[in-house]
Amino acid sequence: MFGYSMADIGNIMVMQGFSGLSMFTVLLLMALGLAIIFGQMGVINMAHGEFMTIGAYTTVMLSKVATTYGFVNYYFVFAIILAFILAFALGYFIEFIMIRHLYKRPLDTLLATWGLSLVMQQSFRSTFGAKEVSAELPEWMLGSFKPTPDIDIPINGVFVMVLALFVTAGVYMFMYRSRWGLRVRATVQNRVMAGAVGINTQKVDRVTFALGCGIAGIAGAAFTTIASTGPTTGTLYIVDSFMVVVFGGAASLMGTIASAFGIAQAQSILQFFMTSSMGKVSTLLVIVGILMMKPEGLFASKLRK
Amino acid sequence: MSTLNRRNFMKVGGALAAALLSAGILTNTAFAADTSTAKVMTTGLAVTDTTVKVGILHSATGTMAISETGSIQAEKLAIEQINAMGGILGRKIEVIQEDGASDWPTFAEKAKKLLASDKVAAVMGCWTSASRKAALPVFEKENGLLFYPTFYEGLEQSKNVFYTGQEATQQILAGLDWIAKEKKAKTFYLIGSDYIWPRTSMKIARKHIEKHLHGSVVGEEYIALGDTQFGSVINKIKLKKPDVIYAAVVGGSNVAWFKQLNAAGLNSTKQTMLTISVTEDEVLGIGGENLAGFYSAMKYFQSQTNPENVKFVAAFKKKWGDKSVIGDVTQAAYLGPWLYKAAVERAGSFDVDKVQAALPGYVFKDAPEGAVTVEKNHHLTTKLRIGQWGKDGQAKVVYTSGYIKPDPFPKGYQ
Repeated sequence: MFGYSMADIGNIMVMQGFSGLSMFTVLLLMALGLAIIFGQMGVINMAHGEFMTIGAYTTVMLSKVATTYGFVNYYFVFAIILAFILAFALGYFIEFIMIRHLYKRPLDTLLATWGLSLVMQQSFRSTFGAKEVSAELPEWMLGSFKPTPDIDIPINGVFVMVLALFVTAGVYMFMYRSRWGLRVRATVQNRVMAGAVGINTQKVDRVTFALGCGIAGIAGAAFTTIASTGPTTGTLYIVDSFMVVVFGGAASLMGTIASAFGIAQAQSILQFFMTSSMGKVSTLLVIVGILMMKPEGLFASKLRK
Repeated sequence: MSTLNRRNFMKVGGALAAALLSAGILTNTAFAADTSTAKVMTTGLAVTDTTVKVGILHSATGTMAISETGSIQAEKLAIEQINAMGGILGRKIEVIQEDGASDWPTFAEKAKKLLASDKVAAVMGCWTSASRKAALPVFEKENGLLFYPTFYEGLEQSKNVFYTGQEATQQILAGLDWIAKEKKAKTFYLIGSDYIWPRTSMKIARKHIEKHLHGSVVGEEYIALGDTQFGSVINKIKLKKPDVIYAAVVGGSNVAWFKQLNAAGLNSTKQTMLTISVTEDEVLGIGGENLAGFYSAMKYFQSQTNPENVKFVAAFKKKWGDKSVIGDVTQAAYLGPWLYKAAVERAGSFDVDKVQAALPGYVFKDAPEGAVTVEKNHHLTTKLRIGQWGKDGQAKVVYTSGYIKPDPFPKGYQ
């Protein structure tokens, strides 16, 4: 850090701090849907990234409609809602025709959902074309917010941050403050007993899976502001999503949050002081090291096996 | 000479030959028989009296379909146009399309199928260097012919391949010279995706900047393929304040890179950037508003106004839809079938060895990018253009270099 003025270094530290937080919320939003499905149902959804892609394409399509009818400035809100609804509906359907037949066979779900992800990728390609597309963003979402002339805070980063906050709060309310959440948690703890006291466990499973997919849809919609939209966009996110979930420990919301925060900070800081790819490699090494000592992840699962 | 004339000539010649034969004067000569299949093809290729089979080998599925679709479209358009003109030596081109599926071993396997079992006379194909390297041994063993469209890192030359895109020095040196002169740039920040093409390109760029431009490289950075988080990298750039960012980021990362750069306040009013990995195809995903004002170094831009290009763009849009765009590689892919046609006609034969020998030295005047010359090293002599992107996703050509000879094994740059 020699040869730079104190002001420069101060500015960079502010922006670097924000960039770490921003990455944290991105990872959180990515992993939340997966964590719900994996944590509550033990299903590893390899098609998670493709549900995000559904959200992304929904946004792009709606942005086209919005430019035609002139509501570009606020279509994004509808895009997020619509992305959730579509991904939720498809998740509900997929659970019904595929996942529910595979609950006792975790490795088969892995294979089946991976197959599903390939099918979905090719459907996107056939429907929307192989090339990447981009959503027309409203003016207010472009550029940066400047508290001082030398500090730039990306507005899209702030947007993702606020959204992640809302979604996390929403998931928390749903899981821990609603009747539905109670049923979900009861089913996770003891499926047979939950059934015996009159909880429709099949329906609980279906809604949980669909909810996870719906949140993936929201994430996908939000990520059109920071990354690409194409048939294989989902594959860019899936590895990071899994890393967060596995590192956090499958069953707890807190674990996912803590793990997303830890990984984001480590990666952000290491990438600043090393080169980008070396930063990523080092982060992965640390994760592997910790997982060797704590195979259950940061927050161990309380799942009854 | 158009094919129609050639045909008429054949008819007349044939009639003459028949007359001479009947007169007992001509008994056994090649005169007028030079396009009979037995004469123009002696190596068991799929050539009949009326058709010749040509393979197209690109990824229509998988990650690379994003990029390779344009090449497939351009090759099919060229072949359709060639067939409409009567084909090659009077033979219509029949296309056999195989899907490399973005999987490098699949490229080798499909190349083998095309060459060994379909016996195609030539293949238009491959896109990434990895797929080309995988298929290359097959082409060399089966003695096939490959027309490869992508700009690439160089350091390769095979008698079985014609490279219709630029090798690294053609794309890099003139572009750096221009930006150093035009923008008085002294400090450069190099950033690329982490694989062979950006790494080789950056190595060449660094040598050129340090030795010939007397500038300095203040940062060199490689991004893992598929990485979408650029916050830290952008902050580093802000700290170093380079005159120019020289970028070769590809794929989904490329989109994220430009979106986040813009959101972090580094747009073209504040930062000069020259990239070698953005064509019209990529702009679709990145969005013109995120790119406006930045520069690309390519040999071709869709906005070129020379008549050959205007005609090509119109034909392309007519066939593939009004919204389709044409990037550098798409145009280079379009050259493939035309060069093959020229080579066969120069050789008077479909035999691979003769075709290979006949093509170097050929000047393709009607190329959309402007005239190109095929050199002995199987690469093309071309110009380099710098385009400045506009919000509409089209580039304005702000600089055109003179002709640059290809130099796949550059001395002093390795």
